[in-house]
Amino acid sequence: MEEYAIEMRNITLSFNRKVANDNVTLKLRKGEVHALLGENGAGKSTLMSVLFGLYHADSGEIYVNGKKEEIDGPVKAGKLGIGMVHQHFKLVHNFTVLENIVLGIEETKGGILQLSDARKRVLELCEKYKFDLDPDAKIEDITVGMQQRTEILKMLFRNNNIMIFDEPTAVLTPQEIEEFMIMVKNLKAEGKSILFISHKLDEIKQVADRCTILRRGKCIATVDVADVTKEELSEMMVGRKVSLKVDKKDANPQKVILEVNDLYVAGEKGHKDKVRGVSFNVRSGEIVCIAGIDGNGQSELIKGITGIKPIKSGSIKIDGEEFTNKSIRYKNTHGISHIPEDRHRDGLILDYNMAKNMVFQQYFEKAFSNCGFLKNKEIIEYTQKQIDNYDIRSLSGPYSVARSMSGGNQQKVIVAREMSKPHKLMIAVQPTRGLDVGAIEYIHKEIVKLRDNGIAVLLVSFELEEVMSLADRILVMFEGEIVGEFKDIKNLDLNELGLYMAGGKRMNMKEVA
Amino acid sequence: MKRKLDIAPFVSSIVAILCGLIIGFIILLISNNKEAVPGFATILSGPVAHGMKGIGQVFYYATPLILCGLSVGFAFKTGLFNIGGSGQFLMGAFGGVLVGLTMDNLGPMQWVVALLFATLLGALWGAIPGILKAYFNVNEVITCIMLNYIALFWVNMTVKGSDVLFNTLRNESKDIPKVSTIPKLGLDVIFDGSSVNSGIIIAIVAAIVLYIVLEKTTFGYELKACGFNKVASKYAGINENRSIVMSMLIAGAICGLAGGIMLLSGTGRHIEVKDVIPNEGFNGISVALLGISNPIGIIFSGLFIAYLTAGGFYLQLFHFSKEIIDIIIAVIIYFSAFALIIKMLMSKFSKKPPERELIAAQKALHDVEMKDKKEKEV
Repeated sequence: MEEYAIEMRNITLSFNRKVANDNVTLKLRKGEVHALLGENGAGKSTLMSVLFGLYHADSGEIYVNGKKEEIDGPVKAGKLGIGMVHQHFKLVHNFTVLENIVLGIEETKGGILQLSDARKRVLELCEKYKFDLDPDAKIEDITVGMQQRTEILKMLFRNNNIMIFDEPTAVLTPQEIEEFMIMVKNLKAEGKSILFISHKLDEIKQVADRCTILRRGKCIATVDVADVTKEELSEMMVGRKVSLKVDKKDANPQKVILEVNDLYVAGEKGHKDKVRGVSFNVRSGEIVCIAGIDGNGQSELIKGITGIKPIKSGSIKIDGEEFTNKSIRYKNTHGISHIPEDRHRDGLILDYNMAKNMVFQQYFEKAFSNCGFLKNKEIIEYTQKQIDNYDIRSLSGPYSVARSMSGGNQQKVIVAREMSKPHKLMIAVQPTRGLDVGAIEYIHKEIVKLRDNGIAVLLVSFELEEVMSLADRILVMFEGEIVGEFKDIKNLDLNELGLYMAGGKRMNMKEVA
Repeated sequence: MKRKLDIAPFVSSIVAILCGLIIGFIILLISNNKEAVPGFATILSGPVAHGMKGIGQVFYYATPLILCGLSVGFAFKTGLFNIGGSGQFLMGAFGGVLVGLTMDNLGPMQWVVALLFATLLGALWGAIPGILKAYFNVNEVITCIMLNYIALFWVNMTVKGSDVLFNTLRNESKDIPKVSTIPKLGLDVIFDGSSVNSGIIIAIVAAIVLYIVLEKTTFGYELKACGFNKVASKYAGINENRSIVMSMLIAGAICGLAGGIMLLSGTGRHIEVKDVIPNEGFNGISVALLGISNPIGIIFSGLFIAYLTAGGFYLQLFHFSKEIIDIIIAVIIYFSAFALIIKMLMSKFSKKPPERELIAAQKALHDVEMKDKKEKEV
């Protein structure tokens, strides 16, 4: 009989008679990369919580390296050689890399911390796995990719042979993802068993050997990744056919809605400007996509246009009207809708309920307030209507606190809110970040629908796939400048686009304009 | 789908109170075990046992506690920590005394004008840290503490330097004339022998008004939004700087009002020229904490602490020093600061899974039901 690193047999777990894991079986072979695929809320995290002893399964058994084990908490799991990198890293920000690695198993002599042996081992490990990492750098000073490597080192340092990654690429830039994939392959070559939780099909195809698909708490199948197509995987995950390609007619651009002229936005003190002399326009009925690697000024450009960040110079016009020095409130109510970059930080008040979030841009309007008093009844009714229109799911409808809702449904609240208020320009920044295939498909459709209704759409995305499937026109941003414009999306060479994004090539934008 | 009431914070306050009382009893046992039981009974029943006078006294003590609690709680709801309540209280007291002693041509309106002026000075004292925070990003805690001292010494200096205000014999402000004390509205008849006056009614009305402002108005919506998430508020076009200033201004006004009411209640309270900051503002923090910053909750926590204070007064009959009651109150506040831990323990005991998981599970169930329905139809 083949020996497995982890075997979870027939795990069933229910909360108040509601089943979260229903007879799930997961077998991780030694030395393989095994993907766990499922939509948000399919029970992936619950299953991992069972493995780490955070929840006790109602029935089912767990075997580690062929031996039946009762895991009653993360400490026990660690002793069995199981380590996990969480989606949100568990690092102490004002500690150094080294201090984080030894945290919990640190050696002391007479109450004084002994780090020299640990430092030697960490340096050896860095060498062996070709990690470019300074053990004495503070976590708050290093990039997200390096933080992730710190997490991996933590597992290596503890000699964990079973590694679990929870959506490891969600927070990484494209290059970091590339490096991460190589890292996973190296770890596999070392004989580590890796469980890879994700809903990104590309990555699974690229790196995983086998894949177990969960849907609504049930185990749908375990397949050899080489034998299935991406489409088949997504169908198993969502339970219906999902079109990965967005269906859309050719754009029919009309008059110019957004006009940005020679815009400069300052960077942090002492740094150079984040946006440098950007000029472009967006017409009604077209989707203009700003492509580029994260951190090249896209976020500052959008903040400059919407007024969240002050601009240094330049001008912004909406539908011919001067918008440069208007207040944020004026811009929000006179033509701009904005799906922000980070739904928790920018888009929602997590402690407010859904209804209050639904009117976040409109609570002061006549429909929802009267002489400074909120019209609660109208707000609830309006929210209920939106819930029906946009199929927003939550525990207590309009009264659900935003914090308690799943990411996809939180995003739907923002999408519903921004799409329903009158606007001429829709600015969407990373509108599908962290969402599952079903939700992505839905939001893409809505954006195309907007375009067809004559709205000007400005989309910022770091996912090339999204850019390619939605854009009617692509602008490439590099170090605060627009370095290229592509109009013929169908015949666009991806390598060419990549060159522009990495700064290897640039057009003379004056000529293009 | 019905709106659910979250009772966890309420329960945690009750648990805090019980823990405080138990430890208080232990302290009584240690200091004088023979009298501990009757002493403890006095704390619990003291004010009531003394009839209407005792109850009236509770209302009198509760007035500044509720108002200062409201001030701290309101600022806290909007993401600010008003530790300058004492300075605002003192400024209000000064404003009340100034109008109460000098503007004697106003007739029956004198106490109203005095209270308004008290509120105004308190508002000013609250607005300063607000403005500094909003436009210069100076931490409001530091400016509030400094303003407490500025208020103290400035008021001392001004009172002492004025012949109209200063009573040189007793080193304090002069007695407020009867005309400018706030009316008793017959409360002194109901609660015979106590110091209660219409201040308690003003406090309760203030609580209700603040509750309505926070929960029902667009203004409160904006203030709370800024308190919860400044970045998102900015994104939605809310003027966060204005919200900070308004919130501190209102918080200051309420403390100023409390100061005015206390000095104009005609119970022999004066501005004493001493280098001691009045403790009302700090007590407000405790009251707000125990009342989980909810205006209505603060009415009850203010009354409760006032009740214990009044009960502690009678504790002296059993040869206990009345400081013991301060220790008990302190322990209660201490435990309500542990409210989070208590809440955590509660959720552990009730073994409720996180809501997110529940939603996922519910979603799954819903889908299964829908599927069944479809199959039946087929």
